[in-house]
Amino acid sequence: MTDFPNDGTKSGGQQWASEAFKGRLAKRHRKETGLKLLGLAALSLAFLMLGILLWTLISGGAQAFRQTHVTLDVPISAEMVDAADPAAGNYRGVIGEAMQATFPDAAPDQMRALSGILSNAAQFVLRDRVVADPELIGQTVEIRVPTSDTYDQLNKGNVDEGSAEATRRLSDEEIRAFRQLEAEGRITLPANWALLTNADSRFPELAGLRGAIIGSFYALLVCFVISFPLGIGAAIYLEEFAPKNKISDVIEVNINNLAAVPSVVFGLLGLAVFLNWFGMQRSAPFVGGLVLALMTLPTIIIATRAALKAVPPSIREAAMGVGASKQQVVFGHVLPLAMPGILTGTIIGLAQALGETAPLLLIGMNAFVTAAPGSPFDASTALPTQIFIWADSPERGFVARTSAAILVLLGFLVLMNAIAIFLRNKFERRW
Amino acid sequence: MKTLGLTATALSVIALSASGAFAQSRDQIRIVGSSTVFPYTQAVAEEFSNQTGAPAPIVESTGTGGGMQIFCSGVGEQTPDLTGASRAMTMSEFELCTQNGVTDITEALIGYDGLAMAVARNSEADWGLTLEQVYLALAAEVPQDGELVANPYSNWSEIDDSLPDVAITVLGPPPTSGTRDAFVELAMHAGCEENEAAMELSEASGNEDWIEENCSRMRTDGPFIESGENDNLIVQRLNTDPNALGIFGYSFLYENTDTLVGVPLDGVEIELATIASGDYPLSRPLYFYVKDAHRGVIPNLQEFVEEYMSDNALGDGGYLSERGLVTLPEDERAELQARVTSGEGDFAAAE
Repeated sequence: MTDFPNDGTKSGGQQWASEAFKGRLAKRHRKETGLKLLGLAALSLAFLMLGILLWTLISGGAQAFRQTHVTLDVPISAEMVDAADPAAGNYRGVIGEAMQATFPDAAPDQMRALSGILSNAAQFVLRDRVVADPELIGQTVEIRVPTSDTYDQLNKGNVDEGSAEATRRLSDEEIRAFRQLEAEGRITLPANWALLTNADSRFPELAGLRGAIIGSFYALLVCFVISFPLGIGAAIYLEEFAPKNKISDVIEVNINNLAAVPSVVFGLLGLAVFLNWFGMQRSAPFVGGLVLALMTLPTIIIATRAALKAVPPSIREAAMGVGASKQQVVFGHVLPLAMPGILTGTIIGLAQALGETAPLLLIGMNAFVTAAPGSPFDASTALPTQIFIWADSPERGFVARTSAAILVLLGFLVLMNAIAIFLRNKFERRW
Repeated sequence: MKTLGLTATALSVIALSASGAFAQSRDQIRIVGSSTVFPYTQAVAEEFSNQTGAPAPIVESTGTGGGMQIFCSGVGEQTPDLTGASRAMTMSEFELCTQNGVTDITEALIGYDGLAMAVARNSEADWGLTLEQVYLALAAEVPQDGELVANPYSNWSEIDDSLPDVAITVLGPPPTSGTRDAFVELAMHAGCEENEAAMELSEASGNEDWIEENCSRMRTDGPFIESGENDNLIVQRLNTDPNALGIFGYSFLYENTDTLVGVPLDGVEIELATIASGDYPLSRPLYFYVKDAHRGVIPNLQEFVEEYMSDNALGDGGYLSERGLVTLPEDERAELQARVTSGEGDFAAAE
């Protein structure tokens, strides 16, 4: 050990305490701080943008998670509804009578406007109740039905009652009628479960995401069933069996390129091949799943190859050393160890497919369908295309519902990513 | 390439086996076509399914032209039964249909749609435009000193002293939209014809298509802003900029009467009555077309057409007028109802 004199001089002639050195040191520190601040600024900007996105979505969409309902006592007279055939009853008339009883002073021409307080679904809600239980005919039942969108907007404070009557969708009289119902305690604002349990509708108060959620589920199921085994098979072949030569290089480059192809191209391919050539039905989640599978396949192949590469060669060598065949090595040792990585990649690929819109528009999954699909072959929408349809609807209620639908889609994406992270943390092995 | 080959083989095997699942007969009506007719068809589809309990028709918004392409691709379960159109079927589309075996088509005029030019209610200026002024404000090239020059106007008051002294800002649909086509034809071409200088140029050129060729292009230097297909975005923009004008279908104005007001064109206010009478210059007919060969083959198609043409839907105060459709006068409607529901008087005969 050599003793250096601790006076800031060094035998090599470098002056550690010299002014020039201090200046250089300060400069380096400044640069480091600058870099740190730049990184921090970039991160803050990203968070700010995310914050703005979430804030606009939540502030815009929050209202859609609650829906104004009105509670009515409806006497079901035997004159209007025949007990022999309850499905064919005049339920519109029954509701009209109930409204007349609620507003005994209203003239007949006012009744038409007042009936508009109730959603168009009221008569069908009542019909379904009576068909399920014909005993109700002759009795008075209490039903709770959504109000129509304009009154929902009124109840949520989106109508300026101070403005001139002509500039509002609701007249003073209609607002008074609504306030009367409110004073009688008939108006409630419960959670809007219809948003998740109803299929699409042209009435905002009835429209829900059920069809879109089930459609997206079927499409992702088809996508998974096709792309997962094919992707793993391709990756195993490329990683474990394929000779390293020009051809495998070309394939590798092609797969990487395929992963970067814009999704609309896959949509056009699906339109040309699945719809026009194979003659499959438009708007079916099955076709959507096929198109999304084409898109997800490269992602899965790349993720699987990376996961297989991460398994140390010593595992393969040890297995082969005790006489295992290559196939036994792959399926008995390498694949199980690589599985957490493969699953993570697959889930992230599927999450990407869930949010994909362009290819689905091309194969007609942006249709208006008022029933949830019963199988992958029934026409349906998917979550992103449902958002697309709602965003383009003129009714006020759809503005909030669009934001709400985006929140639901984001919720599913976060859930899928959380599953991917959980799987990785739980099963990942490090060597 | 082996993986791709493998994938393709596997996919085609799956696809072929799946075609079997699709081959079973279709019990839903399938509808394509114009995005303007879409909300009305939607309404009929939902009402029809609620009333009858039949499976809800599948309605897809493809645009008028795109709808015609799919509609005319042939007869059979793989093809749609109905298409909506915001203009009449063209001769070339009809020829495409005939070539593919779609020979019997019934045309149904359901009503009219107005194109609104709207402005925020809190706009301080007093708006009222002629089509000529609209043309001069929005065309890419306007006549000046006997020749076409790049549009020099940046303020409304430069076009006419009576107009407000504010910058020209108009938000409208992109070229891919049927609304844009209608606007160009109804406002730009008509405005061009009202402009004397342009007409002189047209006559001097001796070219019949002069107007079509020279008055169709919208300016791209800023004052006209293409705002995508989403009309709700235009509505929101108008509320934040009181001097901006927006171009969209009447139904969007109808839903937003609390914040927006229509700009009178050629002195005519946009109202249900003026659109129906044709006095409002930007009104266009809306149609749907039915494949007669599918009637009685696709379950419920005939009933659906009857529902669409019923007084309940198309009549005064029917549920389509509640959605903003401008319906036909009663006598015309009755005649049309009979013709369309019987499937007589098909499109070829009407030509």
